[in-house]
Amino acid sequence: MKKPESVLIIGSGPIVIGQAAEFDYAGTQACKAMSEEGVRSILVNSNPATIMTDEGVADEVYIEPLTVPVLRRIIERERPEGLLPTLGGQVGLNLAVDLHEAGVLEEFNVRLLGTPLDAIRRAEDRELFRTAMREIGEPTPPSAVVHSLAEAREALEDIGLPVAIRPAYTLGGTGGGFVRTMEEFERVVQTGLDASPITQILIERSLLGWKEVEYEVMRDGADTCITICNMENLDPMGVHTGDSIVVAPSQTLSDKDYQMLRSASLNIIRSLGIEGGCNVQLALAPRQDVVPWPPESMREGGGVGVPHDEPLPYYVIEVNPRVSRSSALASKATGYPIARVAAKIAAGKRLDEIANQVTGRTQAAFEPALDYCVVKIPRWPFDKFEAGDRVLGTQMKATGEVMAIDRTFEAALQKAVRSLEVGGRSVLWEDSEAEDEPTLAAETPTDIRLWHLLAAVRADVSIEEIARRSGVDPWFLERLEAIVQMERRLLAEPLTPTLMRRAKRMGFADEQIANLAGSVDERVREQRLSWGIAPVYKMVDTCAAEFDAVTPYFYSTYEDENEAEPEVGKRALVVGSGPIRIGQGIEFDYASVKAAQALRAAGWGAVMANSNPETVSTDFDTSDRLYFEPLDEEAVRDILENEDGSLNGNGPASGEVASILQFGGQTAINLAGPLTKAARPILGSQADVIDLAEDRKQFERFLADLGIPQPPGTAVSSVDEAVLAADAIGYPVLVRPSYVLGGRAMEIVQAVGDLARYVTQAQAAAPGKPILIDKYLAGIEVEVDAICGGPEDDAVLIPGIMEHIERAGVHSGDSMAVYPAPNLRSGEVETLVEYTRQIGIGLGVAGLMNIQYVIMRESEDRDGNVFVLEVNPRASRTVPFLSKITGVPMVEVAVRAMLGQSLGEQGFSSGLWPATPLVAVKAPVFSMSKLSGVDTHLGPEMKSTGEVMGVDVDYDKALNKALIAAGMAVPPRGRALLSIADQDKPGAMRLIRELGEAGYELHATVGTANLIRGLGYEVHEAPKREVGGDPDVIDLIRSGQIDMVINTPEQISSNIRDGFHIRRAAAEQRIPCFTSIDTAHHAVGAMLEGGADYNIAPLPDYTAGRV
Amino acid sequence: MSEHLEAALVLADGAVFRGTVLGAATDTWGEVVFNTSMTGYQEMLTDPSYAGQILVLTYPLIGNYGIDPPIDESRQIQVRGLVVRSECDSPSHPRGGMRLHDYLAAAGIPGIAGIDTRAITRRIRHTGVMMGMIVPSSEVDAAKRQLAEVPDYDTQDFIDVGVAEPYSWRDGRPHALLNGGEEPGPHVVVLDEGLKYNILRNLRRRGCRVTAMPPSASVEDILSVNPHGVLLSPGPGDPQLRELQVQTATALIGKLPMMGICMGHQVLGRAFGAETFKLKFGHRGGNHPVLEVPTGRIAITAQNHGYAVDPDGLHSDVEVTHINLHDQTVEGLSHRSEPVFSIQYHAEASPGPLDNGHLFDRFLDLIESVSGVQGD
Repeated sequence: MKKPESVLIIGSGPIVIGQAAEFDYAGTQACKAMSEEGVRSILVNSNPATIMTDEGVADEVYIEPLTVPVLRRIIERERPEGLLPTLGGQVGLNLAVDLHEAGVLEEFNVRLLGTPLDAIRRAEDRELFRTAMREIGEPTPPSAVVHSLAEAREALEDIGLPVAIRPAYTLGGTGGGFVRTMEEFERVVQTGLDASPITQILIERSLLGWKEVEYEVMRDGADTCITICNMENLDPMGVHTGDSIVVAPSQTLSDKDYQMLRSASLNIIRSLGIEGGCNVQLALAPRQDVVPWPPESMREGGGVGVPHDEPLPYYVIEVNPRVSRSSALASKATGYPIARVAAKIAAGKRLDEIANQVTGRTQAAFEPALDYCVVKIPRWPFDKFEAGDRVLGTQMKATGEVMAIDRTFEAALQKAVRSLEVGGRSVLWEDSEAEDEPTLAAETPTDIRLWHLLAAVRADVSIEEIARRSGVDPWFLERLEAIVQMERRLLAEPLTPTLMRRAKRMGFADEQIANLAGSVDERVREQRLSWGIAPVYKMVDTCAAEFDAVTPYFYSTYEDENEAEPEVGKRALVVGSGPIRIGQGIEFDYASVKAAQALRAAGWGAVMANSNPETVSTDFDTSDRLYFEPLDEEAVRDILENEDGSLNGNGPASGEVASILQFGGQTAINLAGPLTKAARPILGSQADVIDLAEDRKQFERFLADLGIPQPPGTAVSSVDEAVLAADAIGYPVLVRPSYVLGGRAMEIVQAVGDLARYVTQAQAAAPGKPILIDKYLAGIEVEVDAICGGPEDDAVLIPGIMEHIERAGVHSGDSMAVYPAPNLRSGEVETLVEYTRQIGIGLGVAGLMNIQYVIMRESEDRDGNVFVLEVNPRASRTVPFLSKITGVPMVEVAVRAMLGQSLGEQGFSSGLWPATPLVAVKAPVFSMSKLSGVDTHLGPEMKSTGEVMGVDVDYDKALNKALIAAGMAVPPRGRALLSIADQDKPGAMRLIRELGEAGYELHATVGTANLIRGLGYEVHEAPKREVGGDPDVIDLIRSGQIDMVINTPEQISSNIRDGFHIRRAAAEQRIPCFTSIDTAHHAVGAMLEGGADYNIAPLPDYTAGRV
Repeated sequence: MSEHLEAALVLADGAVFRGTVLGAATDTWGEVVFNTSMTGYQEMLTDPSYAGQILVLTYPLIGNYGIDPPIDESRQIQVRGLVVRSECDSPSHPRGGMRLHDYLAAAGIPGIAGIDTRAITRRIRHTGVMMGMIVPSSEVDAAKRQLAEVPDYDTQDFIDVGVAEPYSWRDGRPHALLNGGEEPGPHVVVLDEGLKYNILRNLRRRGCRVTAMPPSASVEDILSVNPHGVLLSPGPGDPQLRELQVQTATALIGKLPMMGICMGHQVLGRAFGAETFKLKFGHRGGNHPVLEVPTGRIAITAQNHGYAVDPDGLHSDVEVTHINLHDQTVEGLSHRSEPVFSIQYHAEASPGPLDNGHLFDRFLDLIESVSGVQGD
């Protein structure tokens, strides 16, 4: 294929479950590849928190909604010669197909690059795929493709239960599942058909318990095919691969098995005609003493085992004809940059024409050889969503993942567990609820099954028994047993150098050893270092050391030779943010990457530490050195000591290496205390600044000294104290546990009964920890990010002020934020700027700081009172959003400030940076359709997984675009269902009038219907489920007769369930559901006030006022 | 468990790596080489081309899926010693599985586990292959002295690694030669200089009647069984010491279709007038890219060789058809007018990628074009 002059790259949009940071990594690599090839790149993405949408990555950047009409306008304007559809996840791929089907590609003569459309269709469409597999003799499980429930019932007669149901064209298996009973079957068939945009599902024979194996394969235009990596799931078939613990390379496959599946994968990529990367998922027969195979595949004559001249049976499960989460993992696991190579293939290069950047001397046409073991563990949101259904199946639930590398499985697994950062849950953690029945608990795949398996091993259940119950191959269980045996030795034996070394080689953290051996972490560390037991760092080089490599990509292990020798020169460690989770998303990876770039631009060496394989920060190109490690105290101290040469007794330290902690979210900032204690220097805000901002008492005193008000509040430690405090403050009050961040477990409490319940529960969950009670102020919430020059400088630059659409009480991460703040009075702005300056200087912040304020107005024509809600002396999640729209490179300015360059020297001054001539709205995006059992209503606890940005010349257009991008746009006309809580009814009247006047067909539950009638509009009353209506309000939503839902949760608990079902039904039906009157009001307003007439332009055109 | 017995790997350059005994607790010496394949340890252990060598596996976890004797690639373990980072003593596989340790111990082959195999690999990459010994930990000094005296790998004659008596290959194993009872299909003589059974399996699968002959077989011996083609097999050692086979090959060019694999390729290369030379640390693994010059396609190949053909001296009627993309060495030769070709890598795989079985098809096509006899 001939090289195009220009190419359109479609990003994957907001982060949702099933589609996370891996596509920022892929898209960024693709843009770099295009630039290297001299191809002009035009990038479209709605997600501002991405490196790919940053200046200097693509030639043109559009931050616009990912819809066909928007893309059409961009194509019309830019006239790209080619379109690269395979790097933007399922969203990008589906959009490319839609553009083709809408005739847009043909109209503007855009050709699809790389994998042809026909190949995409044959891989994505179940029926075509099965036909294609049959043609080349690759086995697929017995199955049927159906389009209705009736067809499904008929097909089941041949296939037989249990079966797996997979909807076509969905992300992360949304809407599918494994079913064992007829009842489950009918239900899942229906949700599957609803979830599929083409109302098509696959019903197939269940291979529950078979080994699940994946191959990442590449093919170029000259038909050279290679495999990059294979991966084996610890969790056998039945758990979505995104929710499985995965190991690379495969561990239990013989060469015969490995090569058989490799050949199958290459056959498949060839027959489909894919040009670029592709992921093939296969099921391989397990041990028959663990999981008996279906009788059909047994050999005649009975007996177990397969004749030796016959290969093990296998089935092809699925193919992703694009770069995927697995390919990001494979790239990081091997060092082979799949997305970059796929992009170059799309631009017409052959594999042997693409250099292997890792070795610098070989080509991309080879297969990586690993000389280590990689373990990936997904990161699930159940610490946030306790009510969520934790059972794992074919629908992915994880928000992110961690990866760890070591020379044994045991060590890699233990490092991965450390990397998860789930509330101190090390391998030693035991689930008290499963104590009595560990074997039973291990049967069910959940987010904590690994611990249940360990518990079963500790309870001396035989490996065979655990394997039979769980389907996990005994090989993995034997490794867990090795870990448990070491635990027992550490408990029983004195800690000798030999035992210590063995334990470290098996991945035991100092903390675990201390726990088991009855010591403390610091003592264990001192002791092992005094015995000369320290990690060495080995390189990820794609070739198992066969060739000299130049990649500075390292992992730790306890062996002889250290390959990461200390380097000379000024350099700093940027501590990343670990796995993507709710509350700590891709925004922090963005900040970490920008910090590394800023260090390099300032002539410093940038050293990066992170544990997340999806990200740009763990691309070996991003920093001068990458350490793929857990982000805990032990790992980070080891890295720092290795960097300055003091770790392995290599003589005198070559110089102090400082850490930068303020960009990696709470993960990194939590290390400030421990590193300070260890006398390790920190660049930017020091540990005492962070302590001061986080310690409630100290911070109260600090603000009082400055004369800056806070909502009245106090800390309590009993129900009695709480009731007294709340009486003094006045209801409603905001309650939350101390030292828990991200709004976790925070509630707005209206009455004493709810308060008592809350305090009782919180104390049971964390005995002895105080509970914070604050006055809840329902005012305008405002968010300010600032860059402080530090103690020497005294300058505080405020790039911008953002106003939230929702009143205070909705977590800032779930609020819609508008820049520049549209409704603030100039006096209020002055106060915000002054308070921010005083706080920044007073705290001694050096670098970034985020403050949340609430403004309470007594009347609309007088300045309100400004209260401080929260101060975070670190980069916030709004940094990428604000950097992009204000033109202030916030991370770079902050890094330079930390390195000693004053804001003035950088060309910035103290105070509020002049607003750019645009309006930008940041909207949250949720993954609620994937998390059954989770309530969707907005509140103080954060629930969103991602964000989008709408930018335009006025508020309504920007807001409307943000809503379109978030899938929350109000349809211009149609059927709106309203179910408004009593306390919100007064505030909803204006909204009802607007909807009524605009001609919407209104449906409402009884109370709201009365209100609507009272206002003089016609309304259809929808019976509540609680009163046994048929059809009831939920049926109404499920049957597709509603286009938008406005539902606010009742405070009185008896009504919670109906509201919950209404919101769940809307989430599953994927129609806009507003749970805040504020949001709904603005959304309807945007649509009615000309928001539909939005502009489409590259981002710099908006910032420069050229639109 | 063997874990408590300490052993050491001593290299000729004086480096010492301490670990624990794996397999037989005896001394051994040999040329220390590394292979980067991530699977296939049993196939490697039984590959006769590793005769005289101590094999370092760069993949750290070895023994995971156990040992399945029917997949041995020759009649016995061929390596002199095995070096691994970590040995699995509780294998798991649907085929059942003997422990690696027991397999080695039963054959009297020593190994060493628990050492920094990546450090060894980097040393070999930097210095080149060298001799080494596996000894009990206490005998390191003696081993260093002994290493100065052991014969260099290049000087050793491994001719006895090949078979001594001719045999035929049927039903997945060697048998005494058939007397008279002619089977249909092309008859291929394989000159066994240390072949892997999978070469024979590949020929058999394609409908060939297979006769393996000792490397000392003369042209007359070969012609006396009326073969339709001759395959020159892989084997250990320096091809410069295979003058007899080079003469045999030279005499057969023009008489019969021939295919050479690995050592067989080097022998043919010498027969075509080229010299062979020793590579610094060889090619051993399952991931080397090879350019097929005529098609421009890249093949991923299984490799196990320490020597290569220098293309400079090749006769003008011979062309280089395959080139290693990593170091540009010769990976395949073809005679321009005679039905003779050779490849440096292992079309039979086992271990390694199955992408190159078509080379056997090519050999059978040559046989058919000359003799009219078809395979399956």
